[in-house]
Amino acid sequence: MKQLKVLSLPYLVWMVIFIVVPLLMVAFFAFTTEDGSFTIENISDVGQYANIFVRSIWLALIATVICLLLAYPLAFILSRMEKHKQGTMLLLVMLPMWMNFLLRTYAWMTLLGNNGIINNLLGMIGIGPLKLINTSGAVVLGMVYNYLPFMILPLYSVMQKIDKSVLEAASDLGCSFRNTLFRVIVPLSLPGITSGITMVFVPAISTFIISRMLGGGSNLLIGDLIEMQFLGNSYNPHLGAAISLVLMAIILVIMTVMNQFSPDDQVLI
Amino acid sequence: MKRKLLSLFLLPAAMLNLLSGCASSEKTAEEAEEEITAQTLTVSDPDYYTRFKDDGLSINVYNWGEYISTGADEGTLDVNSEFEKLTGIKVNYTNYATNEELYAKLKGGGATYDVIIPSDYMISKMIKEDMIQELDFENIPNFGYIMDNFRNMEYDPENAYSVPYTWGTVGIIYDETMVDMDEEDIDWDLLWDETYADQILMFDNPRDAFAISELLLGYSLNTENPEELADAAEKLKEQKRIVQAYVMDEIFDKMGAGDALIAPYYAGDALTIMEENDSLNFVVPKSGTNLFVDAMCIPVGAKQKEAAEMYINFMCEPDIAFANIDYICYSTPHSAAFEMLDEEVRNDPISYPDEELIAERTTVFVNLSDEANKRMQDLWTEMKSAEDETTNKWLMPAFLVLCLATVVFVLIRRHIKNKKDIF
Repeated sequence: MKQLKVLSLPYLVWMVIFIVVPLLMVAFFAFTTEDGSFTIENISDVGQYANIFVRSIWLALIATVICLLLAYPLAFILSRMEKHKQGTMLLLVMLPMWMNFLLRTYAWMTLLGNNGIINNLLGMIGIGPLKLINTSGAVVLGMVYNYLPFMILPLYSVMQKIDKSVLEAASDLGCSFRNTLFRVIVPLSLPGITSGITMVFVPAISTFIISRMLGGGSNLLIGDLIEMQFLGNSYNPHLGAAISLVLMAIILVIMTVMNQFSPDDQVLI
Repeated sequence: MKRKLLSLFLLPAAMLNLLSGCASSEKTAEEAEEEITAQTLTVSDPDYYTRFKDDGLSINVYNWGEYISTGADEGTLDVNSEFEKLTGIKVNYTNYATNEELYAKLKGGGATYDVIIPSDYMISKMIKEDMIQELDFENIPNFGYIMDNFRNMEYDPENAYSVPYTWGTVGIIYDETMVDMDEEDIDWDLLWDETYADQILMFDNPRDAFAISELLLGYSLNTENPEELADAAEKLKEQKRIVQAYVMDEIFDKMGAGDALIAPYYAGDALTIMEENDSLNFVVPKSGTNLFVDAMCIPVGAKQKEAAEMYINFMCEPDIAFANIDYICYSTPHSAAFEMLDEEVRNDPISYPDEELIAERTTVFVNLSDEANKRMQDLWTEMKSAEDETTNKWLMPAFLVLCLATVVFVLIRRHIKNKKDIF
């Protein structure tokens, strides 16, 4: 047992240096002024950006729900396929992730543009050019597209573990498909749902490049706001740190709520 | 001023060109041949450059993306490797995308640079905050090539800290075939014209965007007056409805592909875009514009000051200055490099507007006070995050209801679970 602990030492050191210390620094910056004295002004300044926070949470939420609705059936079908087909299908799910994140988002810019492929095709069948890009819809689309694999993979790995005999037992005992879904499959896949939601929601809420490329710069998200404080015209790392801290608090609250759904007596089932 | 993402954005366009067998490829081949004969390197004083030959020095150069001749096009010079070959000093070359990013990097510490190339207002800010140091012009004899009207600029009145590298103006790029106006009549109000709603792009940085708004209102580009700034912000807010997107480098792509009709941008980049799309034109609006200068400086804390000065001097060698300006298409303050340019380029009113226009219609940015900067930034964020009222109405309540529903759901669920546990 002792030897096992030694093995975890490298990660522990890594975590302290690159996660704990930076977190403390963020907190330190958030509560200090430029000359290092204590203040809560930074935090109270964050209040004026409430609408940006609401919009970020809202868009990330929509994206997460869409991801879940898309990924859930897919993951289930995947997990029920023959083994060798599963490998191929998983590869197809992963394939977009081999491409650079920026490039993928950039591709959507040319697809959705006013003279883009989609609008050209629509034009051929007589539907006038639609405003597709630079809308919050486009931002959500970008989030869904980029983070969908992060929803599919945890769902798939949980569902794969659901034994076929469990489903057979359910139907043997006269359970309808709907009941099997809601009383057997969903409860068994809850851990996958929660980790999938976490893995989509957290990056979606803090993204900045998607909103800049697809939102046309007029759909500011929290990520953009933070980026502006560090690399933008208003160089103010203290306010930036305060915004990050508030964002972390929000995510923490949402994650705590999420964890309520995942039963800790999972092993018993 | 800002070209970091350029290569990324032009990549698909370049691929499209290949697919469609664009006619312009023949022309570029010809041009490249010309360049092969034109661009061979001779330096004025080889002894000067070989002083540190065997010392194994290295310098850190921090420059805008795509802002130096890299030898990527056939027949052009790779400036950094030429410098390394000549002097034996290794160049660690890195890029930034905005003046603010450069400022943040220097301010945050953690990295030391020997040569940086900020723009005018950032130079005066850095001088004020003791972030760059005075140059020893004994070591930069090639400063003599810099044209008189680019010395002692407002941002560096004694010309002690900087050596100008490039300059240019801001103007409007527009689609001639769609915008029905005489070139002379075009003014900044074109960007507020309802006829072109949703076809207009706008700068995604407050300094440039406010400048346009201020010019339109007849204020100074460097105003610190709170009321005037508020007016300018109001004007920008008014414009937001008809703006398609707030962008920087994306302009290359959007204008090139005809996704938008009108956009303000820097003259040098405008030329690059116009090469791609024939129907575009660039004009400096009649009510004036901003003239920007990017200049080479040495930050405080530079480890190899003399080597850095050598690099700056090298950048001012006529052959090198010409290679750079030929590659990046901006305007040069270097007299010899200017002479080496094609007659056509020298007389191009976009790159080299006549002196009368420069004197009468252009203003150089100077650094604003911290207070004015903060005010501008706050107004900008407010403008950008302001929403159309229609969305605002349901967004907030919907969010609240959702939060409430989640909480209620969680509570009920817990309640049921606790009951179950009892049995």
